[in-house]
Amino acid sequence: MKPVISIKNLCKEYMLGDTPVKVLKGVSMEVRNGELVSLMGQSGSGKSTLMNILGCLDKPTSGEYLLDGEDVTSMNGDQMAIVRNHKLGFVFQNFNLLPRTSAIENVAMPLIYTAAHLSKHEARKRAKAMLIKFGLESRMHHVPSQLSGGQQQRVAIARALINDPPLLLADEPTGNLDTATSREVLEMFQEINETHGTTILLVTHDNKVAESSRRVIHISDGCMHDGIYRKTEDA
Amino acid sequence: MRTFHSFSMAFTALRRNPMRGALTALGIIIGVSSVITMMEVGNGSSQSIQQSISSMGANVLLIIPGEQNSSGISFGSGTAKTLTPGDCEAINRECSAVRAAAPIVKARAQVVWGSRNWVPMAIAGTTLDYLTITDRENLMRGQPFTNRDVLNGNRVCIIGKTVAEKLFEDENPVGKDIRIKNVSFKIVGELAPKGANMIGMDQDDIVLAPWTTVNARVSGESLSEPNQSTDSTTDTNTLSNLYPSTGPELYPPQVDAAGNSTNMQVRYATIDQIMVSAVSAEAIPTAIDQITSLLKDRHRITPGKENDFGIRDMTEMTKLLTSATSVMTNLLLCVAMISLLVGGVGIMNIMLVSVTERTREIGLRMAVGAKSRDILLQFLTESLVLCMLGGIIGIILGHSGAMLIAHMLKWPTAASPMVIIVAISVSVGIGVIFGYYPAWKASKLNPIEALRYE
Repeated sequence: MKPVISIKNLCKEYMLGDTPVKVLKGVSMEVRNGELVSLMGQSGSGKSTLMNILGCLDKPTSGEYLLDGEDVTSMNGDQMAIVRNHKLGFVFQNFNLLPRTSAIENVAMPLIYTAAHLSKHEARKRAKAMLIKFGLESRMHHVPSQLSGGQQQRVAIARALINDPPLLLADEPTGNLDTATSREVLEMFQEINETHGTTILLVTHDNKVAESSRRVIHISDGCMHDGIYRKTEDA
Repeated sequence: MRTFHSFSMAFTALRRNPMRGALTALGIIIGVSSVITMMEVGNGSSQSIQQSISSMGANVLLIIPGEQNSSGISFGSGTAKTLTPGDCEAINRECSAVRAAAPIVKARAQVVWGSRNWVPMAIAGTTLDYLTITDRENLMRGQPFTNRDVLNGNRVCIIGKTVAEKLFEDENPVGKDIRIKNVSFKIVGELAPKGANMIGMDQDDIVLAPWTTVNARVSGESLSEPNQSTDSTTDTNTLSNLYPSTGPELYPPQVDAAGNSTNMQVRYATIDQIMVSAVSAEAIPTAIDQITSLLKDRHRITPGKENDFGIRDMTEMTKLLTSATSVMTNLLLCVAMISLLVGGVGIMNIMLVSVTERTREIGLRMAVGAKSRDILLQFLTESLVLCMLGGIIGIILGHSGAMLIAHMLKWPTAASPMVIIVAISVSVGIGVIFGYYPAWKASKLNPIEALRYE
């Protein structure tokens, strides 16, 4: 089975004034289809930069990145936008829902930018189905400020999955949540991973969060220490 | 589909923050409504200025007969008796650029009532059209004479204010009989005062009567003596003037000479001038062309021959008229442009603030797959919708403002669909021009930084 993420010798340099700063120093890894992977690292280790590149929001200085078999590094801005729309779902630490916009419209938002141009009715129908699946049926028409943190993050996950992407990128998804809600959200990720087969990449610095995944990748100082598959009872 | 999407998105976004939208649109609303109000009030004023200038005679053309030449001695312009009442009627009938044409027979004579007498500046024999042309249809007292009076040559007249004052002082002149050269005329009306004209001639020092009457009984020109320089009008009146054996003949039978291809040599009833008013100041050149060709035809003037008539127009006044209106229009246009510009800058300000405020939203939209073109379109549509809504509200407000002014200050206003079209297209233009920079800025945001923006 072809890997969802395949990066080879990925480098990223920023210019800080006149001096180039190497943030990623040749990272290589593969993530297979249907995996739930945690990416761990201290702040400043380069994990955010790697996430941005993996999320097609940024381009590497050098190296190769195949997302779902497609070479992303040679794409222009518009092509990258299309890839983000079809192949990627983002979940953020601060939820990033549109303020003063109902949950259902927040979930339907990515559909505006799909090439298929669904009708408004069709888009709402899909968003509604998504929200029902995540147990938010009664909150459909609430705006984010009327929702709890856990509910907001569930809406954000529903939005990330509306286009049924093969890869879900979650950047510290439990960072703003209390322990109980964090567990709920993590269980949701596991469920999605198992029932949909969606590949999930979790960025975290919390060991407890990392424990929920079978594979943990550590990154520090721009270098990758390839993650070991944790031994679980059944593996 | 795509357009509908972006418009519905823009409406949703504006509904999410109605206060900001309202404040933004306010600039355009004020701009457009002031433009509409000023244009309507200005148009009204300029139309009323045009009307008053044309009532001073800017639309008026004077057709005068050519000169008479006798053995190399010229008698000056207007001496040849070449104009006929038929010419006047033909102009009225056939020239589309002519509003009205009136024949004029001039006389200068003493007017007597009781023990008082006065020699008015002008005794003019004419038709009812004269009142239309000079814009004096509203009489101060009494009624104008009728077309029947003209056909029958009845001895009736309308007098001006100066004449009334000289002869009657404070009495009501209507119904009194005055004598002009011993012919008695019944006064049927008194003209509303108009004052002096542009060259200082008192326009109220006038007696108007049917041209048939004046021709037959006052100017007393012998038909065999078409030469005005031999003065026959100052003769003491004879009984034939008092009791003419025959009535005035409107259309005397044509003689053989009239049918000849040569210029008509023999005249029966001739008139001194024809006064014509064109339908508008712009129609004057057309009217001149139409009249010239018609009269050439009627007077059988073959190509290469000199015209036996002349047409005078009030060029100076027409110039005044056009310059007055163009100055007015330009002034209003300047003010309108400035207020719309201010509104546009307001739109740009708020859109820039809006882009900054919604940086995270832009970042998010980009992250879920919006191309920079989508973002550009989104913000451009928003500013367009704002400007259009502002424009429509502004038009309604401006129009009602103009109606309010018309109602309360009694100013003349004139609504014009042209102004509304211009206002809408200008506000749409402003939406695009002033919305473009903020929208472009939004579309060029880096999604990573936009997402991290606090």
